[in-house]
Amino acid sequence: MAAKEKAAKEPMPPINLWLAPVAVGWLVPGGGHFLLKRRGRGLLLAASITCMFVLGLLMRGAMFKPQSGDILTILINWGGFAGDIASGILYLLTSWLGYAQPDMAGAVHDYGTKFLVTAGLLNVLAMVDAYEIAGGRKS
Amino acid sequence: MPKMTLSHFEASFLFALFTSVVLGVVSKRTDRERLNYGLYVFGCFLVALFGVGWLMRLGHG
Repeated sequence: MAAKEKAAKEPMPPINLWLAPVAVGWLVPGGGHFLLKRRGRGLLLAASITCMFVLGLLMRGAMFKPQSGDILTILINWGGFAGDIASGILYLLTSWLGYAQPDMAGAVHDYGTKFLVTAGLLNVLAMVDAYEIAGGRKS
Repeated sequence: MPKMTLSHFEASFLFALFTSVVLGVVSKRTDRERLNYGLYVFGCFLVALFGVGWLMRLGHG
């Protein structure tokens, strides 16, 4: 209880400490850790997230696009889009180079779509970790 | 671009592997804790994978 209150009152670290690692961490998976001299962890993050994204592409997973409609359509498509774009340069290169696939029926394509979104969500975890390291909350 | 076709097991195994590595790396404070947590999460994924697989097989009769 006391630890929870302490954590809740902990002030936010200055933006100049964490902005660069978090921004680089978004653009290049694991890049924030490299910037903070956590090379081993950065390498593991970069390898895992990139492998997951590339496997998703090879399985012809679909990239989500924001769509309007009923609430479920909005949630799925905007949520999926946020997950996709969280992969940073991987998403941008895929879109720019024309490798984004349309949605297709099939279990393998469906796995691919999930791999692509999960790669982005894992990168969000990596960005949060970089934020905590940069702010001095973690080693 | 080449196309990769993985089985359900292969896709789930790789998903579990990469997710466990990231969860292990970002969640704990020492390297030993990270390794243990990553292995624990990976084990949980595999238990769920086989458990749900058998449930579906038994459910289908």
